Amino acid sequence: MARSYLPPEYIVDINRDKCRRCGLCVRGCGFSVLKWAHTDWQEKMGTFKDGQDDLGVVYQRIVETTPDYIVADSSLCRQCHYCVSHCPEGAINVIKNPVAYRANEHWAAHHMRNIWLQAETGGVLLTGSGNDKAYFSYFDHMVLDACQVTNPSIDPLREPMELRSFLGERPDGLEFERTPEGQVRLKTQLPPHVQLETPIIFPAMSYGAISLNVQKAFAMAAKASGTLMNTGEGGMHQDLYPYADHMIVQVASGRFGVNPGYLRRGRIAEIKIGQGAKPGIGGHLPGEKVDSGVSQTRMIPIGSDAISPAPHHDIYSIEDLAQLIYALKEATEYIKPVSVKISAVHNVAAIASGIARAGADIITIDGFRGGTGAAPLIIRDHVGIPIEVALATVDERLRREGIRNRVSIVASGGIRHSGDVAKAIALGADAVAIGTAALIALGCHVCQSCFTGNCSWGIATQRPELTARQDPERGAELLTNLLRGWSRELKEILGALGLNSIESLRGSRLRLRGVGLSKQELDLLGIKPAGEGA
Amino acid sequence: MREGMVRIPSGCAISAIMNVKGIRFNGEAIIRSITCMHERSNGLGGGFAAYGIYPRFRDLYALHLLYESDRGRIDAESFIKDNFVVEHSESIPTRPVVSITDPPMFYRYFVSVRPDSLDALRGEDEAELLVRATMTVNNCIRDAFMVSAGKNMGVFKGVGFPEDIARFFRLEEYEGYLWTAHGRFPTNTPGWWGGAHPFGILDWTVVHNGEVSSYGINKRYLEMFGYHLTLQTDTEVVAYLFDLLHRRQKVPLNLVARALASPFWKDIDRMPEEERAMYKAIRMVYGPAMLNGPFSIIVAFNGGMMGLNDRIKLRPLSCGKKDDFVLMGSEESAIRSIVGDLDEVWDVRAGEMALVQLEEGGVAVG
Repeated sequence: MARSYLPPEYIVDINRDKCRRCGLCVRGCGFSVLKWAHTDWQEKMGTFKDGQDDLGVVYQRIVETTPDYIVADSSLCRQCHYCVSHCPEGAINVIKNPVAYRANEHWAAHHMRNIWLQAETGGVLLTGSGNDKAYFSYFDHMVLDACQVTNPSIDPLREPMELRSFLGERPDGLEFERTPEGQVRLKTQLPPHVQLETPIIFPAMSYGAISLNVQKAFAMAAKASGTLMNTGEGGMHQDLYPYADHMIVQVASGRFGVNPGYLRRGRIAEIKIGQGAKPGIGGHLPGEKVDSGVSQTRMIPIGSDAISPAPHHDIYSIEDLAQLIYALKEATEYIKPVSVKISAVHNVAAIASGIARAGADIITIDGFRGGTGAAPLIIRDHVGIPIEVALATVDERLRREGIRNRVSIVASGGIRHSGDVAKAIALGADAVAIGTAALIALGCHVCQSCFTGNCSWGIATQRPELTARQDPERGAELLTNLLRGWSRELKEILGALGLNSIESLRGSRLRLRGVGLSKQELDLLGIKPAGEGA
Repeated sequence: MREGMVRIPSGCAISAIMNVKGIRFNGEAIIRSITCMHERSNGLGGGFAAYGIYPRFRDLYALHLLYESDRGRIDAESFIKDNFVVEHSESIPTRPVVSITDPPMFYRYFVSVRPDSLDALRGEDEAELLVRATMTVNNCIRDAFMVSAGKNMGVFKGVGFPEDIARFFRLEEYEGYLWTAHGRFPTNTPGWWGGAHPFGILDWTVVHNGEVSSYGINKRYLEMFGYHLTLQTDTEVVAYLFDLLHRRQKVPLNLVARALASPFWKDIDRMPEEERAMYKAIRMVYGPAMLNGPFSIIVAFNGGMMGLNDRIKLRPLSCGKKDDFVLMGSEESAIRSIVGDLDEVWDVRAGEMALVQLEEGGVAVG
């Protein structure tokens, strides 16, 4: 292949005065950026040949007189900061290559780089993680309310503050009856539902896309926090069985790892139609990642590619979806809610309405900032709509049609902090799912290279020497801490709003205001502009 | 700006008195009680609900309407005649009061439902027709507003201090077995008589002190069931929630109170299994109906009343008992201004209710 003309994106800068030559970075880099640069041994050895010294002494002298050093091949660097984070001497920095492309408001550096890359390879450009382009963020243009004078704010440190939430269908009303003893008791049989102690769950990330250790960390954290994780489309490894009661088991177009036991084991069964990062696109787990663990869990041969078709080939229309929903309900004997996950696309409100009518108990909507293990760059960056508007329009449509109680809504796709969580809930979400944020808690630096399988942090890789870096116990602790921190912040937000329970914020769009949004956008979000009173 | 175009938070005084044997008494007592709390209102809203005041027409719906123009009256009357048989109609007697300026016109109509209107209901009951008629008048007819529409009861309200409103409507001339009153301290000047409280639907009336911080979701929840919230007041939300849960869905009153001011999960988790499942279901299903934020409420209806306090008691509500009388008020002083030597007096506890009903005579607490 001809030599690449692409200058490296990042420069790995090693401070040789500080470097103690411990080699941690060389072992650490999953992308093989850092290497030992050795003195020419043969040549050095030659200079000692005539002497009386034995080889050990010669070696000693070599080390003393010509110490090795570390060099970086910056062209391989993905700026994941594993080396920077781990260098005990603080001797490494990774900086953006200051090479100045000719300034151009239309042709940005990344456009040109992508063209060069494609001209060299002829391939579809791949990427990982979520859409990183500078699209308008509705989250950043909405603000929350707080109490002043006319009603008191509530101190979450002194008063009870409730985050408990539920997923699943709710009847429109309850019926009660009187027992012969004159006691009133509930007559209505509730549809299957799942209780969450905080309205934040972990979304679908498959074993294969991420390492088993990371899935274990999610499972333990979900159990400890009274919430849920999602297996993703890669089946459930038997090490996770003890946590199955806190797991959503996913059924995607490839049906990997799906069998009756898998469905019955999980808490919720989820049909994956789409993913925010790649609406309309299937999945491809390269054979290199299919080791014996992945092979057993996905029920495919070792080393074979695992390809999820773009559509489910048994779902070409809404009535087909209804059949699969009821097939899953049959398999799980109607005691588990069935979720349908879709990506946020233009007609999402009508689609969601159809899904609710098709019998789903939960709709998971993934916005265009949602993450992925691998997706074509062009799809990730240009297809789909923001979760804020998708969520707002779906909630409103279901309410107008009087079927909002039939389904719960889980929103995901770019939720970065508890403020985003609160805003999503005020727009109408029953719960939110946090993928990228959770991975960041585990060390991910959003280098968007998940598809390479070389994740230095041991997250999006199956290389044993890398996956060993994720200690499930420690990971669970980090994730549990994150959920606890966000939950506490949610309580602070509720208290400021004068509320002591999350259901009083859920769908309460009066507590949101838009800053810098057009009239039409405000109407779509169902909120008023800042400055307009109650 | 008029009530309904903007949401106006208010502080308030509320008060109620009821004879559990159903013996009727005039408006003096309730006027004395609400006057005692003069400082809690600011002259921008006062009102009363009275039950048992129209014994002569006890089986007819008493429609209280206010009109801001003759045009409004003509339109509303033609609508009423289309849907009801009007047995008797008259203007509501008032007297001039110096502090009350520019009052609208008040009329009342004692009506029964036309048989052909009932046929058109397709199985729904009369109450539903009344609810729809109220919504039509309030949403579609300009310059007309249905103040109350229940049997043997009526709402009298307006812009002014409650004691002035009482004199304006000559309430000392009426006799009822149950009276509630409201004095309002709105944070700006609504200046519209329809926006004063109590707010009623059918024979349900609500007086309320507080600000419902969950208003946004309560409103959207009700809209899903076909309610149009025109006034943007918390009181309207409370009245409709009682209508939805109790009248339409038949949830027992004490459990409606539990849905609107739910017990905390920490307490539910400690309940015996069957009770726990029931309260869990109530919170799951009626979570969007839960009233959050500070409130004390007195809901009155034909045959009884209920006092309800918010989950962490951010607003006052006291109860008292003397012989056959049960009294409630934002302040104990308001109760004692009527009866000095009470048999019993207590504060309604956080998230709890006091339910008082005719005949059974007792006071159920909690």
